Amino acid sequence: METFVQLIVNGLGKGAVFALLALGFVIIFKATEVVNFAHGSLVLFGGYLVVTLRESIGWAGAAIVGVVGAGLLALAVERLLLSRSKLADPFSLALLTIGVDVIVTEEIVRRLGVSLPFIGDAWDAQPVQVGGITLFRTHLVALVVATVLITLFFLAFRYSNWGIAMRAQAENKEAAALVGIRSGRVTATAWLVAGLLAGVAVLFIATQDFSGAGLSRGTHSIALAAFPAAILGGLDSTAGAVVGGITVGLVDALATHYVSFAFAKSAVFLVMLVVLVVRPSGLFGTRETIRV
Amino acid sequence: MLTVRDLTVRYGRSVAALHGVDLDVPDDGVLAVLGGNGAGKSTLLRTISGTLRMHRGTVAGGEVRYGNRRIDQLDPAAIVGLGVVGVPEGRQVFARMTVAENLRAGAIGAPASKRAEAQRRVHDLFPVLAERASQRAGLLSGGEQQMLAIGRALMSGPRLLLLDEPSLGLAPRIVQRIGATIREIHEQGTAVVLVEQNAVMALDVSDHAVVLEVGGIALAGTAAELSASEDVQRLYLGGHAESDAAAERQVAEARRQRAGVRRLSRWGG
Ligand SMILES: Nc1ncnc2c1ncn2[C@@H]1O[C@H](COP(=O)(O)OP(=O)(O)OP(=O)(O)O)[C@@H](O)[C@H]1O
Ligand SMILES: [Mg+2]
Repeated sequence: METFVQLIVNGLGKGAVFALLALGFVIIFKATEVVNFAHGSLVLFGGYLVVTLRESIGWAGAAIVGVVGAGLLALAVERLLLSRSKLADPFSLALLTIGVDVIVTEEIVRRLGVSLPFIGDAWDAQPVQVGGITLFRTHLVALVVATVLITLFFLAFRYSNWGIAMRAQAENKEAAALVGIRSGRVTATAWLVAGLLAGVAVLFIATQDFSGAGLSRGTHSIALAAFPAAILGGLDSTAGAVVGGITVGLVDALATHYVSFAFAKSAVFLVMLVVLVVRPSGLFGTRETIRV
Repeated sequence: MLTVRDLTVRYGRSVAALHGVDLDVPDDGVLAVLGGNGAGKSTLLRTISGTLRMHRGTVAGGEVRYGNRRIDQLDPAAIVGLGVVGVPEGRQVFARMTVAENLRAGAIGAPASKRAEAQRRVHDLFPVLAERASQRAGLLSGGEQQMLAIGRALMSGPRLLLLDEPSLGLAPRIVQRIGATIREIHEQGTAVVLVEQNAVMALDVSDHAVVLEVGGIALAGTAAELSASEDVQRLYLGGHAESDAAAERQVAEARRQRAGVRRLSRWGG
């Protein structure tokens, strides 16, 4: 029983992080219909800023720079690359993001060399005892932070002008343009927000608690779990991203414990496939399968 | 207020969808644009509202001016900012958003200070939109969706409203209602370009009208002149042509015989 509670809390903690990534992924898709294959490199970039800056400016400052930096990189990718090729279809833009992903990832991996630094200084490897159960602090903090951020996101998405513009553009580009919504701005902010969320996520991923591995190519592949999370939730559904993220986190934690670490990854994709067979547009999605 | 001069528009490399179109919307007037399917009516409105590019269309010649400002190269948001707002063909409400959210989206291009007043105006024109405020727009009837689409456009307080076939697919009673509303909007000081296949309604609410055919202006005049014109009568006001194609042949024939005050369309195809 205790193990089970532990597993669930761990799963939720991981799931919260995947939800942050999947949410960013989904809002980019909603705003632009582009599948952003560079999401993993945004995660790495944020983490890389943290490990290079924390010596000089301290962990907290470096963490802030990392989050903002990941956001700005996403914004730059959109402004400098994607928005320049206005007439390109979402498919070729998605290919462009693969190019960005390879370049950024390879460069960071090269710079890291053999060092695999952990970055969750403020919470990593400090287990907490709650009623006789040992829990990872990283997962607890991740759960709290993600809950706050996701709540803020949904409030803004629902009530702010930004949210109205995002949803309007996601639903009908032409009608949105006709009422004066600036699609360039909506798209840019979607990328910015997605990048910021990726920058937050890495603070939990490259930890002993979460993955047992520091910042490395492995961080990138863990971040890739955001894809099945977003797809099984429904690529165009923000609520789906959260549910998908949590599902992936739980499946991952349970499969690792009851079967094996190696099986966990395929379990996540198996669950995704089962969901897609039953509901081709994902749990909450409205668009059939992906367009890529 | 709005002048279109020698406008030629192409989609991709195909034949021009509009060629050499001249058009004037007088200050505070209502201009009806009549024409059959594929005549280029929507293309004209897309050009004015700057959304042509979203359809891969380009202005290949001529210009569109609003006041004395050229607007044919501006983006849609800038054009909305100048006070020219379009209601697309087929309503295109944001179906998954509520009625209130649709109206709010309509106000995004305008200063926040004007919002309350605009909302009052829209609710006065369409009380049903106040009643259904929290309902999803996709659940409204066709007529209500059309009202919402018009209300959404009015939220930014436009000085020129572009309506693309607002009567499409609506029952006669609702069409009448829409017609009355257009007149009311006009009386409140907003100029209107009304694209319609329903010539009865359009000529009833407009003061000037043009007929578009295969991308050119075939007839132009006051609404009264066009109502009296045989071509318009036959084609659009319940004449007895057996089919559209036959009717159009008849019109072409009629025009060849009487090239007078009417401008001949330039047949491009
Ligand atoms: N996106 C597009 N790409 C290519 N050709 C187009 C496009 N949109 C319209 N056309 C062509 O341009 C011409 C004018 O079309 P338009 O939609 O402006 O006509 P319309 O008068 O609005 O017709 P309807 O009454 O059916 O709405 C047609 O020949 C049409 O096939
Ligand atoms: Mg049309």
